[in-house]
Amino acid sequence: MKKLLELYISFFKIGALTFGGGLAMLPMLKRELVDTQGWVTEEEILDMYAIGQCTPGIIAVNTATYVGYRQAGFVGGVFATFGMISPSLIIICLIASILQNFLHIPAVLHALAGIRIVVCALMLQTVVTMTRKGIHDRFGVFLFLAAFILACFSPVPTAVIIILSAIAGIIAKKVGRRKAS
Amino acid sequence: MIYFQLIYEFFKIGLFSIGGGMATLPFLMDLTTRYDWYTAEELTNIVAVSESTPGPVGINMATYAGYNAAGIPGALAATLALVAPALVIIVIIAKFLENFSENATVQAAFYGIRPTVAALIGYAVWELLKITMVVTVGGAARPDYIGIVICLAAFGLMQIKQLKNLHPLIWIAAGAVIGIVLQL
Repeated sequence: MKKLLELYISFFKIGALTFGGGLAMLPMLKRELVDTQGWVTEEEILDMYAIGQCTPGIIAVNTATYVGYRQAGFVGGVFATFGMISPSLIIICLIASILQNFLHIPAVLHALAGIRIVVCALMLQTVVTMTRKGIHDRFGVFLFLAAFILACFSPVPTAVIIILSAIAGIIAKKVGRRKAS
Repeated sequence: MIYFQLIYEFFKIGLFSIGGGMATLPFLMDLTTRYDWYTAEELTNIVAVSESTPGPVGINMATYAGYNAAGIPGALAATLALVAPALVIIVIIAKFLENFSENATVQAAFYGIRPTVAALIGYAVWELLKITMVVTVGGAARPDYIGIVICLAAFGLMQIKQLKNLHPLIWIAAGAVIGIVLQL
C-alpha cells in the first residue's frame, strides 16, 4: 500500500509540475524516477519512451503505466496512471469553470483572440516537426498526401486511415525486403 | 446517454491516437461534426489552455473537452476512457513482449503510421486555421488579415534557432499581450 501511494504521489508531482507532455517531461521524469526514487535507470526511461511512441495513447501516461507496472504489478500501473492524470483533471476543471465566468470581460476576450492566433502558429510548428520526423522517402510523401486527401474529401474515419497506413507500411517493407533479396 | 457516448468516443481516441498528445487533435476535430459538445472555435481555446497548463497536453485536451460536454463527470468519463486502452496494452507489452519497439513488424507499421499521423494533424490544424483566421463583419465573413499576419510572424519567429525551444507558455503569454494591446 505504501508503494502504491508513493507511485501515485510521484506521478502526481510529475503531472503537476511539467508543461507540455511528451519529450518536455523527460527531465522531470529522470529527476523524480531515476535520481530521487531510483525505480528505473535513465536508459529504461528512454526505452519506455520508444515504446510509448509506438503504442496507442499519451506517451507520458504510457511511461507512468509502465513504471507503475514494473514496480507493483497491474495495480501499480493503475495508481501511477491515476497519479499522472489527477493534476490535469483538477487544474483543467478549475480553469474551465473560472474561464466561463470571465468570458464577458473584454480584456479576457481580446487576450483569448490573441492566444488563439499564436496557438495556430504553434500547431503549424507541430505539423512541420512531425512531417520532418515522420517522412524520410517518397513512400512517406505518398502516404502523407493520401492521408491528407482522404481526411479532406472522404468520410473514411480517422481510425481507419491509421489502420490502413499501418498495413501499407508493413506491405511496403515486405516488398522492399523481397526486392533486396 | 452523454456519458456512454463520451466513454465510447474517448476510448476509441485512446485506442487509435498514436504518437503523442497532438495525435488526438484530428479525433477531437471530428467530434465537432458529430456532437454539440464543443464547437471547432472552442477547440482552439481547448488547445490553448491545454498547452499552457501543467500535465500532458493530450490528457488536458480530453479533460477540457469532456468538461465542456458534461461538466466534471464528463471530464472524468472522457479522461478515464482515454487512458483505459493504453493501460491494458502497456501492461500486456511489459509482461509478454521483451523488445516490442525493435520488432520488425512494429517498425514497418510505424513506417506507414508516422507520415499519416502528420497528415491527419495537418488536416485538423488546417480546419482550425480556417475557422480562426476569419472575422465576421456585419454578417459577411472575410479573412482576418491582422490575425494571418500575426500568425505568420509568430511561425516565422519559431524557425529561428534561438527561439525554437522556447516554451509554448511564453508564446501563449505573448499572444495574450498582443491580443489585449491590439484589441483583437
